[in-house]
Parts: sequence; C-alpha cells; structure tokens
Amino acid sequence: MSGEPTTPLGTALLVLGCPQVPVQTSIALYLINRLKKSGVVPVVAGNKSANTLLVIADPDRHYLGEVMDLDRAVALISDKKRDFDRCFVFIHNDAGISYAATMGAISKAKLFILIYGEHYDDLVKQVDFPCTIIAAKAVHNPMPLKKAIDEVKPWAA
Amino acid sequence: MGCVESMNYEILMRDASFRECRDYIKQHFKEFIDVQPGFKIFDIHLIGVPPVAIGLDADFIVFPYTKPCHGTFLLRVEDTAEAARLRTLKK
Repeated sequence: MSGEPTTPLGTALLVLGCPQVPVQTSIALYLINRLKKSGVVPVVAGNKSANTLLVIADPDRHYLGEVMDLDRAVALISDKKRDFDRCFVFIHNDAGISYAATMGAISKAKLFILIYGEHYDDLVKQVDFPCTIIAAKAVHNPMPLKKAIDEVKPWAA
Repeated sequence: MGCVESMNYEILMRDASFRECRDYIKQHFKEFIDVQPGFKIFDIHLIGVPPVAIGLDADFIVFPYTKPCHGTFLLRVEDTAEAARLRTLKK
C-alpha cells in the first residue's frame, strides 16, 4: 500500500467479533486502510473464522499486517506482555460487549467500540465503561457504519 | 472451546448474557468472589463486564466462559487446588 508514513505513529488492535454480520470484514479492511495511511500499525485479533475471512480477502496482504488468535491477544495483554495505543472492538452481540469491557479493563489503549447489527441500539445502552462509541444500524450495507467512523476519525485521535 | 475442552466441565447455562451469569452465581452460591476481566482461572483469562463473579461450592468452581459466536457459557468444574487458591483471594 502506498502513501503510508514511514515512521509508525502508534499501534492499534482490532478485536473482531463473530463474523455472522457481513459488515464486519468490510469495515475491518476499511479501518485498517485508514489506520495504515495515518501511520498507525494495525493488528487484528479474532477467532479462526473472522481472521480467515480477512486473510482470504487480502491474499497479498496489501492491507493486513499481523493477525493473531483472540484468546492469545487477551492473554498477552492480561499478562502485560503486550499492549496497544488504540483498541477497536467490533460488537453485534452480548459477547462483544464482554470483550470490549475486558479490553477496557486489561489494556491501556484508547478504546473505541464499533456497534452494528439489527439491534445495535440495545447494545449501546449496555455500555457503561469509558470508551468512544461508534454505532450504526448496519448489517449487510457497511455505509452507515463507515459514515459513523468517518465522523469520529479514530485514526487521528 | 480450546483448553476448556480438556476439562471435565458441566454447562449450567449456555448462550447466556454476562449479566445472567453474574446474577445466577450471586443467587445460587453463598460463596463467590468478584474479579476483574482478564483474571486467570485454570489457563483461561476471564472475559466479561466487571465485576466478574466466580462461584465456589466445596471443590467446585462456577465461572463464565465467553466465545464471540456462542455468547457466554456458565461452567462448573471440580478442582480442589484451584478452589483453595480462589478462597485465599477472598481474604
């Protein structure tokens, strides 16, 4: 990918949820692109299916960098062996809220949560921990969530 | 379930929310401890909204186990040493 700053301006962890909702993979690649163009090094953590969807979509790794298992990422951060400057958690179910709260508790990263899916507003009401919420009703069409991300510009935060 | 699969566990709840698991533990177990997310029990770092409740009943430990696609399971595992370790944290 061209146009990236040569000196990294921080790191970001993208915590993927269950890939059941189609917009996740698309928005993850979009966010990775924006982060890289801003000089932020993105790392993806998800379960096998979520990670594989990204790896297959980007076989030459134009966008993707490091990809790791979600349980391993949680263990590394909990054990203070690794941390990030920013953390983005993808949420469309109750488990996503649990992962976001966990990241808020174990990591020093600035926490952004991306809430989407059919019942995104119910999930937003469950958030009672410090973070920046980026939310939109997006299931198949990623545009509402992309617009919400663009308004916040988390790559510049 | 990763390393959990190697345990002899009983599932008390499945596809539950983190709140349902916390409420169940506090309603059904006289003895429990509250820990922060990331707390290590066996080889598992707990996932959840703080505080995460862990129930204790003699040598049995009851704790939430979350996976992205399957929600939260409430598991019951017998382990004398781990139950004793958790009890020391209450003091």
